[in-house]
Amino acid sequence: MTKIAAPRPSLSHRTSRWFARNLIRIYAGVAFVYLFIPVAYTFAFSFNDAGKSNLVWQGFTLENWKNPCGAPQVCESVVNSLQIGVISTVLAAILGTMIAFALGRHKFKGRKTTNLLIFLPMATPEVVLGASLLAMFLNLRINPGFWTVVIAHVMFCISFVVVTVKARIASLDPRLEQAAMDLYANEKETFRYVTLPLVMPGIAGAALLAFSLSFDDFIITNFNSGIVSTFPKFVYVSAARGIPAQANVIGSAMFFIALIIVIVGQIVSRQRRKG
Amino acid sequence: MAFLHGLSKSHTGSGSGLKSRSLTPYILLAPGLIWLITFFIIPIFSLASTSTMVRPEGSQIGTYVQELRFANYIDAFLASREQYLRSFIYAALATLLALAIAYPLAYAIAFKSGKFRNILLVLVIAPFFTSFLLRTIAWTQILADSGPVVSAIKVIPFIDETFRINNTSTAVVIGLAYNFLPFMTLPLYASLERIDPRTLEASGDLYANGLTTFRKVTLPLSMPGVVAGTLLTFIPAAGDYVNAAILGNPNTKMIGNVIESRFFAVVDYPTAAALSFTLMATILILVTLYIRRSGTDELV
Repeated sequence: MTKIAAPRPSLSHRTSRWFARNLIRIYAGVAFVYLFIPVAYTFAFSFNDAGKSNLVWQGFTLENWKNPCGAPQVCESVVNSLQIGVISTVLAAILGTMIAFALGRHKFKGRKTTNLLIFLPMATPEVVLGASLLAMFLNLRINPGFWTVVIAHVMFCISFVVVTVKARIASLDPRLEQAAMDLYANEKETFRYVTLPLVMPGIAGAALLAFSLSFDDFIITNFNSGIVSTFPKFVYVSAARGIPAQANVIGSAMFFIALIIVIVGQIVSRQRRKG
Repeated sequence: MAFLHGLSKSHTGSGSGLKSRSLTPYILLAPGLIWLITFFIIPIFSLASTSTMVRPEGSQIGTYVQELRFANYIDAFLASREQYLRSFIYAALATLLALAIAYPLAYAIAFKSGKFRNILLVLVIAPFFTSFLLRTIAWTQILADSGPVVSAIKVIPFIDETFRINNTSTAVVIGLAYNFLPFMTLPLYASLERIDPRTLEASGDLYANGLTTFRKVTLPLSMPGVVAGTLLTFIPAAGDYVNAAILGNPNTKMIGNVIESRFFAVVDYPTAAALSFTLMATILILVTLYIRRSGTDELV
């Protein structure tokens, strides 16, 4: 909260300032409505007794939630997306964390080039990332499929992991590590028992980010998946002939699961800080 | 994206073995960087190589040989300059719209939210846990001809009966702005949050009113966030084709739509590659100019 201490503002001044202050709150409220209306729609239409096309409201039912695999291929695509998401997240988290430690904790030649190499994939439109990777696979006569998607997802997730974990490493108090060394911990023990646990929330956050980027990615996946279906691909392909309400069930469930993970994470880290 | 933040901090006085001539950093870097070189840098060269290929007369669809035909670029550009230009216009409009929505939002979270700050931040990201395709399709329902928005606008007198939003350029821009909103909001929040409230107080003490304080103090101090946010919105928006495909019509196609259909529907890899390459080059040039102009070296 900021109080701008102008000397004795006039009444009109104060009114306009009060209005300006609350205007921004109202504005923020409207922005949140804008953010959440599509989510509310997705959630509401997961209860639609839709039959084939889920674009018009036809009546309330719980059937879609009781039977989320009821529509053909929904669950196959979700399983693919989950597998791709988990494998890509683990690989990207390991590779990205290693780079983050090198950048945050070591002196070496080529730091600028490394930073550029991390930055460039984030500054390249997805369609270019997807097209270039597919061009390479085609030139090498590699058929795109499950593993080419994993390769692509690890590639674009690494940068996000590096940025997130590096920020965490930079915010650590170096005195904690010094204290460990003063207490006769060697370098390995300091890393194992002090540094790594302190950086862990950063890695967890980065992993969550990487997983949601991977699970939700459509453009790069569409280029490099061949005949393998993922959940976003399933939604895009079925958009033309009507998306089954089960897709809305999956989308809504993902929303609540992710929200719970984030909230639990926040509570855990807050309690740790207190303890 | 504030790239080099805190690096200097973590280097001075850290006790964790900062050896300058150790092999450790290279061992840490190697696997990740090799991955990025193999699956990002080399593919870009592969794309460049594909872009000058030619399909030999009478050969199978999808077979191309290298003939270094740079005229592919001119052909590709001339065939789709409309979509090309449109991509940048839509992306720019969507970026401005997202900035207009996100700046006050980030400001409110940074300065006016008190103890609800973390909850509000989670709420900014939360919508993006629902598949973005589902949310884009939800927009087609919200903006549908018989949907709530169009019905509400039609209440206004003098609005034409044929008024619609779905399948127009407006819908595409709204969708783009919506989809990349957190990429705008989070960097803005990060830079606003870093502002010491006392600088704003000082400005008030020096008889600046609210507007002047904003213009002369808050806005300049939040510029790194504005630059990062606009870039993170503009770049993916310019290359996007999902919003144009779902919310637009054949006359709102963007360059991403052309690249996608060249690749899959037409199986014309060289043209798709030439267009992708041109798109990337244009964006890199624009980004470099923009970063230079705004004088923020913090990014790279």
